[in-house]
Amino acid sequence: MEEIKLDKQFIQWEKQADNWMDAIRISARPLLQEKKITTDYVEAMITNIKELGPYILIAPLVALPHARPEQGVNEIGLSVTVFQEPVFFDKPETGDSSEANIFICLAAKDSESHLDLLKKISSLIENEEMITKMRNTQSEEELHQIFA
Amino acid sequence: MKILAVCGMGFGSSLMLKMTADRVIQKKGIQAEVEATDIGTAESVQADLILTNNEFASQLEGGRSAVKAIMNMASEDEVAKAIDEFLEETNK
Repeated sequence: MEEIKLDKQFIQWEKQADNWMDAIRISARPLLQEKKITTDYVEAMITNIKELGPYILIAPLVALPHARPEQGVNEIGLSVTVFQEPVFFDKPETGDSSEANIFICLAAKDSESHLDLLKKISSLIENEEMITKMRNTQSEEELHQIFA
Repeated sequence: MKILAVCGMGFGSSLMLKMTADRVIQKKGIQAEVEATDIGTAESVQADLILTNNEFASQLEGGRSAVKAIMNMASEDEVAKAIDEFLEETNK
């Protein structure tokens, strides 16, 4: 498996979020703090979902919040947030909802760096054991150890 | 054959799905082209098979292309199964 190297500040463990919008803002927080993205980017991620539905669910229990590079990316970046309590997304089409515990917030500058990041994320979530392992962590330290 | 990977913006999960499908095709030795696109343009693109999430699958069903829903965009197993199913159905 290709390793994702992530500094600790980009790996967060949270008990819960108020709702999916809150979850996206939390997952974007480290990227915002490091000025890799602007607040516009955060709002674009939320608006896109409102318009298009929760297309960011890329695997069972895994969400990939992202918007387009021109919507406010300063620098390429990636953050991983695990919520102990599931975050729910409404699905207007079918009337039911789906849930996610793992939020991988993505900020890409161009298509090449974007593909590289997607490949890394892909290798991370391909293995469902890894998803379970991340989901079952009980603290930020435990989560950090997975990526150490 | 032509496979279309579809997501909301044609930029995130559809690209991930395209990468997975490309690997599957290569391993299986199938002659196919995979394109990633957003839901808005998906219906105007000619394709044999559309791979997408559950929600968009129900929106795109009933068109000219066969549609298969994928839960894990990174799972080669799941994408391989969808392509196998499609090939079986079309070769009947």
